[in-house]
Amino acid sequence: MAGVYGATGLFVAIVAGLFVELYAGSSTSIHAFGLTFLASSRWNPVTGQFGALPMIYGTVVSSAIAIVLAGFVGVFGAAYLVEFAPRVIAAPLAFLIELLAAVPSVIFGLWGLFVLAPILRVHVDPFLQAKFGFLPIFQGYIFGNSLFTAGIVLAIMIVPTVSAITRDVIAAVAREHREASMALGATRWETMAKVILPGATTGIFGACVLALGRALGETIATTMVIGNKPAIAASLFQPSYTLASVIANEFTEATSDLYVSALIELGLLLFVVSLAVNGFARVLTWTVLRPARAR
Amino acid sequence: MKRVNVIGAALVLFALVIAPALAATKLTGAGSSFVFPYFNTAFYTYNSAHKDVTVNYQPIGSGGGIQQFTQRIVDFGASDVPMNADEIKRLPAPAVQIPIALGGVAVTYNLPNFIKGGLKLTRETLVDIYLGKVTKWNDGRLTKINPGAELPDLPIVVVHRSDASGTSYIFTDFLSHVSAEWKSKVGTGKAVEWPAPSAVGGKGNDGVAGAVRQTPGSIGYVELAYVHENHMTQAQLQNAAGRYAFCTGRGVAAAAATKPNLSPTDFSIVDTKGETAWPIAGYTWAFMYREYQKPEEKARARVVHDVLEWTATAGQQIAGTLDYVPLPDNVQEVAKKTLAEVRI
Repeated sequence: MAGVYGATGLFVAIVAGLFVELYAGSSTSIHAFGLTFLASSRWNPVTGQFGALPMIYGTVVSSAIAIVLAGFVGVFGAAYLVEFAPRVIAAPLAFLIELLAAVPSVIFGLWGLFVLAPILRVHVDPFLQAKFGFLPIFQGYIFGNSLFTAGIVLAIMIVPTVSAITRDVIAAVAREHREASMALGATRWETMAKVILPGATTGIFGACVLALGRALGETIATTMVIGNKPAIAASLFQPSYTLASVIANEFTEATSDLYVSALIELGLLLFVVSLAVNGFARVLTWTVLRPARAR
Repeated sequence: MKRVNVIGAALVLFALVIAPALAATKLTGAGSSFVFPYFNTAFYTYNSAHKDVTVNYQPIGSGGGIQQFTQRIVDFGASDVPMNADEIKRLPAPAVQIPIALGGVAVTYNLPNFIKGGLKLTRETLVDIYLGKVTKWNDGRLTKINPGAELPDLPIVVVHRSDASGTSYIFTDFLSHVSAEWKSKVGTGKAVEWPAPSAVGGKGNDGVAGAVRQTPGSIGYVELAYVHENHMTQAQLQNAAGRYAFCTGRGVAAAAATKPNLSPTDFSIVDTKGETAWPIAGYTWAFMYREYQKPEEKARARVVHDVLEWTATAGQQIAGTLDYVPLPDNVQEVAKKTLAEVRI
């Protein structure tokens, strides 16, 4: 029992310590800018004016693109692998997808920069613009290094997390439930849609939260493909910036106290944004799922 | 007989490997990643002539190098820009700074169906492009200096380094020298607020090169060595004397020659008046403390002194083979004289 309390206490202490340390490190910047740090779009190391709004936007939007794509592909891919795919295909395919998780992020970044970005810029982005150009998110000049490219690279990086956990969760749905569903005359598809997936929702949600965490904090791969521009644009084809990328780009060369402090405050914001996004996702699923269960 | 052999082998092993290792001086340095390829080869070569000295250099960035040097974690530091008055004030003791490497920054671009190396730029148009004032390749200011060339109706995408770097410092220092507007609006720095609406940041030389290569209509700047190794398309840039040229080692050396009295407070060699000078160039600096108290510190400092002196003088031949520009003789003299101030 003592061990459980001890481990939990240690865990809480680490998270709290991290928060305190980040807060202390960013105190100079917090004193200098206050809340304008959150609202300002300027990032000028020369004059010492710092604002984090474009980076918060870029972090949230690139991760949102990633989790929507990876959630879709990961969950349905896992469902196929567990329930429909022949065993000869399922095992190697699952292994290959999960192998993606072992690829270092710098490799994803380089591949994104030299292979994926040109393909997106020449083929995919113009296609989206032609079909859905009435939406502001697909308008304007098409940059290869963009928020969209970063979202796709992140999606590929987090698919293994979603699919691996979803696979286990689906496989864990009680055999009796499947058999009962089949016995009532449901097809495999109906069983999947009405029995297995609803039963696995909590686990799938957990998988998505874990994957989202990786996307929010990803640094090198995003930095290489996002275009590193501290500005908010409506179009996803424009370059953007993330909190983690600024730190990776500028921390090694930052010398003035205010500059270093502003960069640490970005770290603090990343911490807060991660907490807020996770909390929001939790509330969202809670409100969406509760009525469904009550019915 | 066998036992004798074993003992003999152990003795030989001790004499060859372990004994020198015990006596060896292991120096550590940290800072600029720009000089790392040179330092890496230079210290290896130095070690083959001086078996008792090994140097471990960590390219953690100039800012990190200055910080670790200030905290006396490393024996010497290196930075793409000399330490300024503020940074010197924070040092626990006075230090000396010497030029250790010389490099140029080239302008590269991507225009499909355009003759390789055909593009000419004046200093003013380069500033206007980076300010976001010239936004199309067929702008009148560009067609005027490229008569006969068919410049396309393509938007200009401005590519810059996203990571804070000495390369960006040299490039923005050049733009500030040419244009008062750039100087007041943007300024000089390792990381600046890029004003052009079409600006894209790439991480490292390879990030900039990658963005330029895959974006038709883009323009960017990379280190000279990187351009050579990757056979990238260079633009010709007009220097202050009015001559168009590509970035070459010779042009960078000519720029360096215009400032014989180089010092850590007067170090800029951008936009010099030299006839054949390439306008975007700069030095990397190394630093060590000026005084050492304890005898064992002095002994160690003597080795640091010797290594740095060799790197700034004899070792420069190696720099030439690695696409750096060897320091001019008078600058090597400056380095030597400055190092002589170290009391060891």
